[in-house]
Amino acid sequence: MMFTLYRSMLRIRRVEEAIAERYGAQEMRCPVHLSIGQEAVAVGVCAALEPRDGVFGGHRAHAHYLAKGGDLTAMLAEIYGLENGCCRGVGGSMHIIDLAAGFLGAVPIVGATVPLAVGAAWAARLRNEDKVIAVFFGDGTFEEGVVHESINFAVLHKLPVLFVCENNLYACYTRLSDRQPDRPIHGIAAAHGCRAVTAEGNDVEAVYAATRAAVASLRAGGAPVFLECPTYRWREHCGPNLDDHLGYRPGGELAEWESACPVSRLASVLSSSPEGAGLVAAAEAEIAAEIASAFTAALAGPEPQPADLSGYLYA
Amino acid sequence: MPEIKRRITQAEAIREALAQAMEEDERVIVIGEGVPDPKGIFGTTTGLQQRFGKSRVFDSPLSENGITGICVGAAISGMRPVMVHQRIDFALLAMDQIVNNAAKWHYMFAGQVKVPMVIRVIVGRGWGPGPQHAQSLQALFAHIPGLKVVMPTSGYDAKGMLLAAIRDDNPVIFIEHRWLQGIADHVPEAPYAVPLDQALICRPGKQASLVAFSYMTVEARLAAEALADQGIDLEVIDARSVRPLDMRTIVESVRRTGTLIVADTAWKTGGIAGEVIAGVAETAFSALKRPPLRICLPDIPVPTSPHLTRDYYPDALYLARAIAAHLGGGVDDAELARRLVRATPHDVPQREFRGPF
Repeated sequence: MMFTLYRSMLRIRRVEEAIAERYGAQEMRCPVHLSIGQEAVAVGVCAALEPRDGVFGGHRAHAHYLAKGGDLTAMLAEIYGLENGCCRGVGGSMHIIDLAAGFLGAVPIVGATVPLAVGAAWAARLRNEDKVIAVFFGDGTFEEGVVHESINFAVLHKLPVLFVCENNLYACYTRLSDRQPDRPIHGIAAAHGCRAVTAEGNDVEAVYAATRAAVASLRAGGAPVFLECPTYRWREHCGPNLDDHLGYRPGGELAEWESACPVSRLASVLSSSPEGAGLVAAAEAEIAAEIASAFTAALAGPEPQPADLSGYLYA
Repeated sequence: MPEIKRRITQAEAIREALAQAMEEDERVIVIGEGVPDPKGIFGTTTGLQQRFGKSRVFDSPLSENGITGICVGAAISGMRPVMVHQRIDFALLAMDQIVNNAAKWHYMFAGQVKVPMVIRVIVGRGWGPGPQHAQSLQALFAHIPGLKVVMPTSGYDAKGMLLAAIRDDNPVIFIEHRWLQGIADHVPEAPYAVPLDQALICRPGKQASLVAFSYMTVEARLAAEALADQGIDLEVIDARSVRPLDMRTIVESVRRTGTLIVADTAWKTGGIAGEVIAGVAETAFSALKRPPLRICLPDIPVPTSPHLTRDYYPDALYLARAIAAHLGGGVDDAELARRLVRATPHDVPQREFRGPF
């Protein structure tokens, strides 16, 4: 299991780096919000879910999509705005979906998918489907009223929802302490009546263990679970670059979090045995090859046609 | 058929449509603030919870945006939610979920996901609902691609269009008017659908096309009858649908009459009446014999006091006078007034109405 978790995180890291590397070519003409540094939350949560379970995301959703099994080529093609993209070019990086994988959608209005996750869980209950719905969001989203409305309803009806708060301390360039009083986010969720738990967000095994327990409790009919995971975004809010020179984060903070890198942390554990070291090295090569061929396949897609747009408007 | 002679109020017609929709499709659920309470949204949801159970007929926390999003989430997961707001004004709290999610989820994922949901909203009027309980906001919703917006007038259409809206695979904003809910109409008992995109010529005429929305259709028909007796022959069109507007029916009418008058329940600026006129001007400009005329609310919010609302809403007499003047005058104003001065207080729909809504 540890190796599966590692491989999934490494794959996300390398995909995001590949996007960043190619972004300067001006061919991906849409905003991208990269997940580098936050891979462990996505991977730890999704690994504990079944394929039939559903996941929603927000504007920074590449990691969630890939961790849930979303098609890599379709995501890259979408970012390139091509017909073989997961939304045929209508969505771009901020709107991704893979229904076959149970990735039910991500959109960039902060908080927008939180009630949708509750509604999907409500539908599962009404349709007698054994399904858990997870929704990822950040610390900033917790300031949106709709999140509290949604949690209230989920708790009232004891719906099988897992609220996953990736607390990366910043909403764009504004620090958590400038936006919220000094009290734990999960404490508010507990006051709503959720089962509130925390896990070290850069420790994929901790996130996985916490999610397994949460999912078991939800399947047994327990209260909605709120999982808060402290983590950190390494690159700029939006775009491929580093932005520490802007000075909005205290000096040394990024370096501290980089030293707690979720990927290399697990790599060093796995590499302690010769067999593990071999697997780690092989994963690197396999993933590089997969990403290269996914970019090739994505870029081979045709241009989408504006004439098709009106056909998407109404069902 | 004896059945078609049955007369029930629009509120009863809406309740019957909801019950029949729930009978024919177990995916239909009804949720809203006050849905199962003793008042039952002006009687439109009374008894539904007792009949269909608490898992399908819900009261709602006071969380308009959240519940709208929850309904979108349920809709994309195979349910067919019907949301209810006692006042259209409350839906403003949910504009994020309506505009950003309900209207776009099908489009932005290139048609992979459907959002079959209905949002019932009721326009208030009379007995002092005032600035925040009596707005007529159809143009706000109609501006949004991805939504369907309808405003039935008759009880017959209310039932048929609500059934059609619930069966539709898209988000439909279903706008009711408080003053129409108590009006009785011939409504067949068996389920039937009325299309969501067709205007209705409810009075054929030759001299001018009077396009009316929602309750203004009632006033327009009264005005047309009074004017007919003075030799002015109006064609009255109940628009019924706001998005899409049935411009084909309207343009064909204007080509016959040469004159376009639009009576809306809303403000003039940025309103749907202007959209109707623009549509005619673009496609049938040469058919117009005179400038079009809009009859709307004054561009100020609705006041509360009956002393202030007396002249706020254009009624049949106002319409008849404005239309007669627009067509060149020559009518007996005293006779118009004799026919059209309201016998009831101006701030209630019927004399029996006792408030508080």
